[in-house]
Amino acid sequence: MSPTVIILFLAIVLLTLVITFFAARKTQTAGDFYTAGGGLTGTQNGLAIAGDYLSAASFLGIAGAIALFGFDGFFYSIGFLIAYLVVLFLVAEPLRNLGKYTLADMINSRFDARKVRGAAALNTITISTFYMIAQLVGAGALIQLLFGIDYWLAVLIVGVMMTTYVLFGGMIATSWVQIVKAVLLMAGMVIMAFLVLLKFNFNIGQMFTEVKSVTTHGAAYLMPGLQYTEPLGTLSLMLALVLGTAGLPHILMRFFTVKDARTARKSVITATWIIGLFYILTLFLGFGAAAFVGYETIIAANPGGNMAAPLLAQAIGGDLLFAFISAVAFATILAVVAGLVLAGASAFAHDLYGQIIKKGKASESEQVKAARYASLAVSVLSIVLALFAQYLNVAFLVSLAFCIAASANLPVILYTVYWKRFNTAGAVTAMLTGLLSALILVSLSPSVFSPIEGAALFVGEPIFPLANPALVSVPLGFLGGYVGTILSKESNLKRYAEVKVKANTGYKSSGANH
Amino acid sequence: MGAEKKYKQEQYVTEELDYVKVIESKSFKKLMHDRKKFTIPLTIFFLVFYFMLPILTSYTTFLNTPAIGDISWVWLFALAQFVMTWVLCTIYVKKAAGFDKQADQIIKEMEQGGDGR
Repeated sequence: MSPTVIILFLAIVLLTLVITFFAARKTQTAGDFYTAGGGLTGTQNGLAIAGDYLSAASFLGIAGAIALFGFDGFFYSIGFLIAYLVVLFLVAEPLRNLGKYTLADMINSRFDARKVRGAAALNTITISTFYMIAQLVGAGALIQLLFGIDYWLAVLIVGVMMTTYVLFGGMIATSWVQIVKAVLLMAGMVIMAFLVLLKFNFNIGQMFTEVKSVTTHGAAYLMPGLQYTEPLGTLSLMLALVLGTAGLPHILMRFFTVKDARTARKSVITATWIIGLFYILTLFLGFGAAAFVGYETIIAANPGGNMAAPLLAQAIGGDLLFAFISAVAFATILAVVAGLVLAGASAFAHDLYGQIIKKGKASESEQVKAARYASLAVSVLSIVLALFAQYLNVAFLVSLAFCIAASANLPVILYTVYWKRFNTAGAVTAMLTGLLSALILVSLSPSVFSPIEGAALFVGEPIFPLANPALVSVPLGFLGGYVGTILSKESNLKRYAEVKVKANTGYKSSGANH
Repeated sequence: MGAEKKYKQEQYVTEELDYVKVIESKSFKKLMHDRKKFTIPLTIFFLVFYFMLPILTSYTTFLNTPAIGDISWVWLFALAQFVMTWVLCTIYVKKAAGFDKQADQIIKEMEQGGDGR
């Protein structure tokens, strides 16, 4: 480990701790803790959404996938971006208008049923846990590689940092850590892409021509089909990517940090520009790594290609850029896991404890206390799980989280806002069918069963053919909600009218209290 | 913002509003109609445009033909996905500003007449 790496690493830690210190003094109410008091501007929240979303999987994973598989690696970039059109067109504004702290608040604006809230909390906890384990396992492996320390120590460092931000600084600290990370990450990406382009004389055509000859794949490198050969498998993955984002609790929660739907809209627009630019730049990083680092070196450092971006930094910018990009990767991980802890904690403390057990009668100080205990519990639990999950495939865990989000959360969100007949029974069946079908199909899929020993958790023929079951489980989630609704006689037009008016006009939305 | 002041005053109005009457009012129905006319076709469009990419790459090979030098059509189609996202974002913001005005008007009517008429 070079001194530059250590200095930059410590600078990031120090900067985030200073943010947490100031945020802690401002965090007094449950609203401060969960939503930063709803006081973020559109631009701030847009940056924070980008910071929350662009995980190490995006930064390191996609750059690596493009370096190794060419066009097929780029599929992820496209899916992850278009997902924001679903968020913008269908989800963001009604969500902001109807919700207060959590997704369950939004769904319950129509139902006031404890079982609906319970099911929504269960979904949030399940999705956030899978996502969190993926991030922590990835973080552990990465920091282990970058700094040469043991896996368990790496997970523990990240775990302690994320717990500190959330426990003391709540959403205010988390948001600012995410904003700082988004700025650092984009700076790192732009510098690297610039240096790569410089090497190709700013000629994109020349870049394509050169990468065609440097990899072992030859011309096939620039064509789809190196990684995804099963048409239905590809479509299923693309479906999970495009619909999953609009159901991810830690992303949805960010929309409660602004005062109204108009600001929520502005945050999605800002986020979409940043995220789009980011994913365009992943292409230059991936091609750059293929050309200047080389396939063998990337694979030797990490079979999944995760070291492609740091190795490229070393190759084109020397030790200083390597140190900077490593520090940025560290900041990236911290910002994402902090957002995940907060989403999980809100489901435990606000939905399960505050609303179901205490029936919404917990005092302000009880709520803040519960939120802090829950954050601590979620952190400890996920650190322990991550220590055991070291050898699980990270991409599998992330795609599973996206698949559950698309199958279990998106149907109920859309039905709540747009379907008049929808009722309590339908809400429960939509969430549970989506959740269970995604979980069951994954556990029967090639991600869990493989005839080749060591390729998956168990040895054996997979019963279900798709590694990512979204193509089946998303329709099942919608179907579950439909069948549950029509089998129950309950229908409340008055309540639907209220939700419809509030969702579309922002009348009496919770943000107006601030 | 004028509308925000209105929201705040409204917090203190205690009587229950008849929301069913509001959704049946002319101005609210118009807002819903305009929204649907804008959102549904564009949502279908971007989903179809998006899924065209994996469908074409999975079942056909014609996107693999070169377009500009060594850059094949599949890369241009991928780039078009980015351009489409940004264009739709810009269109959405412009259109939504009009919806905001309609929504403000509806809230104003609700406060005056209680039923948005």
